[in-house]
Amino acid sequence: MSEITAERVSTPATKLDVEAVRSDFPLLHQEVYGKPLVYLDNAATTQKPRQVIETVDDYYRHYNSNIHRGVHNLSEKATAAYEEAREKVRRFINATDLKEIIFVRGATEGINLVAHSYGVSSLKTGDEIIISEMEHHSNIVPWQILCEQTGAILKVIPINDAGELDMAAYEQLLGPRTRLVSIVHISNALGTINPVKQIVEMAHAHNAIVLVDGAQATAHTAIDVQALDCDFYVFSAHKAFGPTGTGVLYGKAELLDAMPPYQSGGDMIKMVTFKKTLFNELPYKFEAGTPHIAGVIGMGAAIDYISGLGLDNIAAYEHELLGYATSAVQEVKGLRLVGTAHHKTSILSFILGSIHAHDIGTILDHEGIAVRAGHHCAMPVMERFSIPATARASFAIYNTREEVNTLVRALDKCREIFA
Amino acid sequence: MFDLKDLYQEVIVDHNRSPRNFGKLEDADRVAEGFNPLCGDRLNLYLKMEDDRISDIRFDGSGCAISVASASLMTEALKGKTRDEAEQVFNEFHDLVTEKKPEDTDSITHLGKLAALLGVKDYPTRVKCATLCWHTLHSALEGNTTPVTTE
Repeated sequence: MSEITAERVSTPATKLDVEAVRSDFPLLHQEVYGKPLVYLDNAATTQKPRQVIETVDDYYRHYNSNIHRGVHNLSEKATAAYEEAREKVRRFINATDLKEIIFVRGATEGINLVAHSYGVSSLKTGDEIIISEMEHHSNIVPWQILCEQTGAILKVIPINDAGELDMAAYEQLLGPRTRLVSIVHISNALGTINPVKQIVEMAHAHNAIVLVDGAQATAHTAIDVQALDCDFYVFSAHKAFGPTGTGVLYGKAELLDAMPPYQSGGDMIKMVTFKKTLFNELPYKFEAGTPHIAGVIGMGAAIDYISGLGLDNIAAYEHELLGYATSAVQEVKGLRLVGTAHHKTSILSFILGSIHAHDIGTILDHEGIAVRAGHHCAMPVMERFSIPATARASFAIYNTREEVNTLVRALDKCREIFA
Repeated sequence: MFDLKDLYQEVIVDHNRSPRNFGKLEDADRVAEGFNPLCGDRLNLYLKMEDDRISDIRFDGSGCAISVASASLMTEALKGKTRDEAEQVFNEFHDLVTEKKPEDTDSITHLGKLAALLGVKDYPTRVKCATLCWHTLHSALEGNTTPVTTE
């Protein structure tokens, strides 16, 4: 058994009151197989605080109606709440203008929007797109399809054994034909935090634009799109305590203005005749059809929740918990971490002896612990490390040192079963 | 309450640690590949037929304990069986793990050691781990050349 020392169970010295946070999340207070739930699959999706659940409930109970078109009271309320959420997002990522905030279904749709709209209209045969070896499939496949459509060429920045980008190789890949760099902010499979600001500066020096996939970032670190100077930034609400099925594409206004619509229909038009249609202005040009109104309003509540805790406090708490968890799991015999970057968020991807990740997942589940087991939609990462899969424990603000200890005991149990 | 020991029985742990009939069969006359895209489990199944009888059967690849043990137990159970007999075992096994048929003493006796795998029926996400090798066998017997996937 791994030893749990008294020192390691003491409370971390940060401003975040984790018990108060936990009391905001109703789902956490349940048992699985007769054991208290330990939810460590936050990189897949986070749980929702009652503030978000109640906001969505309140919308459906009291002012559900369509937006931007009704003249009645309910529609005015819904429109106001929807547009207020846009302002909350703008402040959250420090965008300059509301028209730069496009509501989409999630990070995946945001990337697809840019690939289809910007990519198809701007890229030509021989142009180059740069991604990295640590991308999620959602930041690989849209570019592969775009390359097939346009004749553009996909280039891939390799990663080192710690799971960090090879920045020298990136410098080499940049060239006169580089048009677009699409890079993940925080890796879902490895936890690596990429030097996005530097990546953007280097790309801009070659007149290439940069999309940042922030799916894994917004619950853990403050985002400032002006400071990063990225051209596009995408994220999903559900990985940051908000509802599923909604997210954001941020884009610089001059780029979005020049781009053709992605989907067409209601709300994205100014005037339609059978001869000609005038498209609506930003951001509505990219918001065809009735959107996920409840989801967007719920995302606004999630942003309020995060802001209330303070991203600096969140980052400090998670950093401390990650340090504790990293040293605790490394005492488990045969455990090897996959992803040991210097700058890392609270994700532990690991393999345990020759025990397959799926078996680990099932055994941990029996101890009440929810983790992800598999390739994390990042098969090239698995190939890079010559492994079929990893088990992944990913932490959020409501996780505790006691839960880390439960994880360590359960990993010891995996070893016993396969001893 | 499900007990983990029903899933990870001694037989399964043993066959995972030392899989039987593991490795390429050089003079195979039928080969099929199975793949579970959800977890990355991969296996190659090699058959040597004498008329209608499986005279030799081996496998290689990588996967979780359930999928490796299942393939190992399958090769043990099928060596020397005719094609029809193999299909019959497959149907019986498949009906039990997917709960199309209730377990009874007769069917468990029929399955012999394969019955050790019946614990997976309480774990819907793991049933595919146990059946991957059988679907691959089916494909090998049919002479299909496209890889089998569980999705």
